[in-house]
Order: sequence, then C-alpha cells, then structure tokens
Amino acid sequence: MTRNQLLWSLVFGTLISIIYACRGEGTSLEQDMYYTNGRDLYVKHCQNCHGEKGEGLEDLIPPLTDTTYLKANRKQLVCFLKYGMDGKITVDGREFVEKMPAHEEFTDIDLAQLIVYITNSNGNKQGMYSTKDVAIDLQNCKH
Amino acid sequence: MKLSSISSCLLFAAALSILTSCKDDRKLPIYGQRDTKSVTLADGTTKVDTVYQTIPAFSFLNQDSVYINNNTFKDKIYIADFFFTSCPSICPIMHRNMKKIYDDYKNDPQVSFLSHTIDFKYDRPYVLKKYAAKLGVDDKKWQFAYGSKEDVYKIAENSYLVSVMEDSTQKGMYVHQGWLVLVDKDKRIRGSYDGTDEKAVEQLRKDIPVLLAEYKD
Repeated sequence: MTRNQLLWSLVFGTLISIIYACRGEGTSLEQDMYYTNGRDLYVKHCQNCHGEKGEGLEDLIPPLTDTTYLKANRKQLVCFLKYGMDGKITVDGREFVEKMPAHEEFTDIDLAQLIVYITNSNGNKQGMYSTKDVAIDLQNCKH
Repeated sequence: MKLSSISSCLLFAAALSILTSCKDDRKLPIYGQRDTKSVTLADGTTKVDTVYQTIPAFSFLNQDSVYINNNTFKDKIYIADFFFTSCPSICPIMHRNMKKIYDDYKNDPQVSFLSHTIDFKYDRPYVLKKYAAKLGVDDKKWQFAYGSKEDVYKIAENSYLVSVMEDSTQKGMYVHQGWLVLVDKDKRIRGSYDGTDEKAVEQLRKDIPVLLAEYKD
C-alpha cells in the first residue's frame, strides 16, 4: 500500500466514524427516518394533549415520560393509538380515567413511525418498531 | 445660537424621546362596538361620552353548582374561554397555557379565570368539578360555568366574540375557537389571544400587567 492510499483510507475511516457518531449509538438509518416522520405525526395528532415534551396535563392527560409504563405496554401501544383508550390506567404513579380518541385512519407505517418516536423520546429508549411489528401486535388488540 | 448648538440640542431631544419611549407605558385597546351618549355635567353643560361594549349581566352554575354572575368578577380582571371537558383537540393546550398564567397570579386576587363549557349535554357541574380538581385549579379563582345552550352560545358569539357551535358531522363534538379573552374591571374586552399559539399566550402574559397598571392609582 502506498503512503497515499493509507492516508486516504484513514480520512475515509474518520469520516465514516463521524457520520456514525452523529447518528447516535446503535440506531439504524431506518429508525432515524421513522423517528423524524413520527415526530411530525406527533406534533400534528398528539401534541395538543400530551404536550411538546410529553409532559401530559396534570391529572387529566397522562405523560409519555413514564418509561416503565411504555416498556411494559410496548405491544399494546399500537392498539391504544389505533382504537383509543377507555378506563383506568396508572401512569407515573397516578391514576387516569379520561378517554383517548381512536385514530383508525392511521396506516401501519404511521403507527410504526409514531411508536418509534414516542418510545425513543422524552427519556424513552426502546429502539426500532417496524410495520411488521405493527401487523403482529394489531392482531392481538383487545378492543 | 450657533448652528452646531442647535443641532446638538435636537440630537439630545431625539435621544431623550427614544429613551423614554422604551418604557412600557402602552395601553391596551378597547374592543367591540362603540356608541355615544350625551351626558349633562354638574355645571349644566352637555358633553358627548363614549359607551363601550361590555359583557352583559349573566348567571351560570359553576363547578360547585352555585350561581355565579357579573358580581363574582367585581374588581377583577379575568380571562374567559369556551371549551368542553371531553374535547380531544385544542382544549388541553388552551388550559395548559391558562394554567401557567393561573400559577403566575395565584396570590393576586385581582386576576381570575372563567371557562364556559359548550357541552350543555354532558358537562354538568359535577363533571366540571372533577375536571377542575384534576387540572389542580378547584378554587374560586378559576370558575367553570355551565349554562343552557342558548345562554352560553349567545354570550360567546355576541359578547366575547368567540365562535362556537355543535359539530354537525360528529356526535358529541363541538367546534369552537380557542380565544382567551381578556376582560377588564369595567367588563370591557381588552384583548383576545389564540390559546393554542405559544406566541399569542406570551403576549397575553405581557398584557396582563399592562392592564393591571391601569388600576394602580
């Protein structure tokens, strides 16, 4: 290998590692795209109630910052989004009973992107959730 | 006087006027229709006075099933809005923003809040009570008003200049504007702010002290 080649490969190596570093640990490009689109959907459909930082509203609307709740209900989230919620839940140590509206118009890709955003923002870090996951979890909805 | 001293004088005057204009001595506009009336003064002369549009006398049940009326807001400025408790769209953000202002003026008896429900079917006083408790504002400072469709819709459209209606396409839904209306101690509207817009709400927060300053003397 000539000196030049060595130099170039070093430069490339650095560049690639910089790009990877910017993307954050362990996230794929696909997940980043889902996250960004999911954020747009969140702003449009969810933010009025759940807040810019997922803070919720007092004891009326639950926050999305309870990482344990979101983890424990990972497979249910898609049902909540598509078919709404009714009944008592405990989030962040508090009880909530208000209804959440259904969004049956959401497509599988919308749902996947929203879930990637919600479960990877505001302190949550659950990783990728694909349209395949959506299809599987939707079959087990108890609505 | 020499030309140079005149010009420096002018410069000084200009600087002074710029400096003084920085002070926030603006006054909030008075909204609504205006009328005039002739008044006879003590010395027998007549003068023309301006009559401003005001919030007319009202009577609604509050979250404690007690009637509230204009006198509830005597010597207070208040922020009014129209909402319903099961509203999935703009109400939460309006009340999130109003709650921040409520917290700012928690200890100021001059500032109060009045939320009218437009869901005359479901939002009975006990529903409003639960809502207020969950929002953490269940006291006399923030009143939640329940009234007949006719009364509430009329005062919304005609007096607070907020458009409200039942949604013809969805059952149990209502369409309404998200204005937060600032009313002074003389029941005149002094500002209307989009309660869903952060910038507008910020403006409201700036305007409240300006309005309160009118009553300082």
